Amino acid sequence: MKVFACLKETPSRDTRYELSSDSSWIGNAEVTHEISECDEYALEEALKLKERHRGEVVLLTAGRAEAEKSMRKGLAMGADRGVLILDRERELSSPHRVAAALEKVLRDQDYDLILAGTQSDDYGYAQTGPILAHLLGLPHATIVMQIQVQEDRRSVRALREMESGWFEWVEIPLPAVLTVQAGISQIRYATLRGIMQARRKEIRKIELGGLGLDLSSLPHLEIERLYFPEQTSKAEMIEGTPDEIASTLVDRLRREAKVL
Amino acid sequence: MSPLPGAYKRQRFCNAQTIRGETMTGGIYVLLDHSDGRVDTLSRETLALAQQLGRSHGLGVKALLLCGPNRSVVENAAGLQADAALVVSHHRLDGYDPDAHCLALTRILEQDRPLAFLMGHSYQNIDLAPKLAASLKCGLVTDCIGCRIDGESMVFVRQMFRNRINADVRVRSSHPWIATFQSGAGAGNDLLEGSSPVVERTVDLSGLAHRRTVVETVGAVKEKVDLAKADMIVAAGRGIKRKENLRLLEELAEVLGAELGASRAAVDSEWLERDRQIGSSGQSVAPRLYVACGISGAIQHVVGMRNSANIVAINTDPDAPIFNLANYGIVGDLMEIVPALTRKLREEQSR
Repeated sequence: MKVFACLKETPSRDTRYELSSDSSWIGNAEVTHEISECDEYALEEALKLKERHRGEVVLLTAGRAEAEKSMRKGLAMGADRGVLILDRERELSSPHRVAAALEKVLRDQDYDLILAGTQSDDYGYAQTGPILAHLLGLPHATIVMQIQVQEDRRSVRALREMESGWFEWVEIPLPAVLTVQAGISQIRYATLRGIMQARRKEIRKIELGGLGLDLSSLPHLEIERLYFPEQTSKAEMIEGTPDEIASTLVDRLRREAKVL
Repeated sequence: MSPLPGAYKRQRFCNAQTIRGETMTGGIYVLLDHSDGRVDTLSRETLALAQQLGRSHGLGVKALLLCGPNRSVVENAAGLQADAALVVSHHRLDGYDPDAHCLALTRILEQDRPLAFLMGHSYQNIDLAPKLAASLKCGLVTDCIGCRIDGESMVFVRQMFRNRINADVRVRSSHPWIATFQSGAGAGNDLLEGSSPVVERTVDLSGLAHRRTVVETVGAVKEKVDLAKADMIVAAGRGIKRKENLRLLEELAEVLGAELGASRAAVDSEWLERDRQIGSSGQSVAPRLYVACGISGAIQHVVGMRNSANIVAINTDPDAPIFNLANYGIVGDLMEIVPALTRKLREEQSR
């Protein structure tokens, strides 16, 4: 069984953001990056499928050259090799573009399953997976919590999250694209041996310009302005030592809110 | 004066085909999701938003409804105010099938080419909208919290970077521009009831392969904790950091007589059971008192608890969006604040 796991490298989840002077992008000079949360869970699912069904897990990333570091982590976790589409100028800034680039690489590859995160930690559009599926002519399912490849390996069952605590099992034929929700399992740590081995694993690098894409012909989402949500707070901020805060809060809850 | 510009201005934003075509007579189309013969709340909210845009900018608004042979929802849809309720009824549209829904919408929207196609940001549309965008080769902005027409085009507002930053986004593609809207993005309950003439539309879905089958629908939990009835809730988020720290919240909940709740992050970390999750993928609650401990206030959580009468937020990050919603805010370490609060309440009770 051959699985492609699409990884995106995004700013670390504990980043405290600043904006660039023209508010068009984030302005933090030194932001550490990591694998986007949902994508890491997608990789974990891919590795579990490999354990169960044997085969190969290939990482597919479009990003800066520095993204190789996150890919090495994925290889250390157990992926076999990687393909990195080098997007040096951040041209792949909207989902139709990313999906088109991934499709170019995947169109003459063999695979049973393509996994990606449901949404990324940066834009969070939650579109790349289903668009990629459509471009490849494949069925898809999003917000997936569990994956079961059927014995004959001709179809996959996926548990999809739905509203208000409901879930549905859907079955689609392989090959297919699934987008994985965060938090669905425990993510493995890379072992020391895995880290050593990862250094020797292959990451094939492809220049975005070499893919022959006409990006300007694709639908594009233009970010006009970034800004912090307006502080519309009407909250009374309570300050002091923990004991002072507790006294004040209990007083407010009793006299003002009348809930005690 | 038409607030939407002449073709010369639109040229920057539309492809040649659209410009050569008509003006934006298509207006705004809204997808009506439904269950049990009734249009869903989120679709109603989205229609209300379209009505508002339509009224203030002189744009037509049409509702679009996909349904199976059981047409009981049509009457419900026709009771909403729009220029028309377009109905596509086909056995392949009975229940959600991404291929059938995508093809039906593609055919209608290719023919009519409205300015925009708006949908609710439901779990179904998260699955459908990107496929539709790929099929139509149109841009899609998901999970919008607002939208405005600013003279030359539409600006969609959504959150990025894990809900920390807002973005104004413009779509550069042919029409329709597609967008999905979060609950609370629009006019809320200002939906105009009225009537819409029902217009039947037919789409040929005969050759379409059947790829996705729904095998089973399952409820999340067997013994569901009904937090909706809780009078007070102490809720844990990512900020409690370790399962052991939950003890502090349990003690506070005990002295208050409150139920324990959780954000998705806390449930995903297996600190609490999924039946205590509050938010869009969990329960909706409206207690008299909601104490949010280490919860940042992501929209997915907020939609499940914003109707609480009194909200106390404890968080180390002064910029956490939860403080926008709270009545009482405390910036600090919940490991210190929560025990102090429990002590104070116990002290008072023993008096």
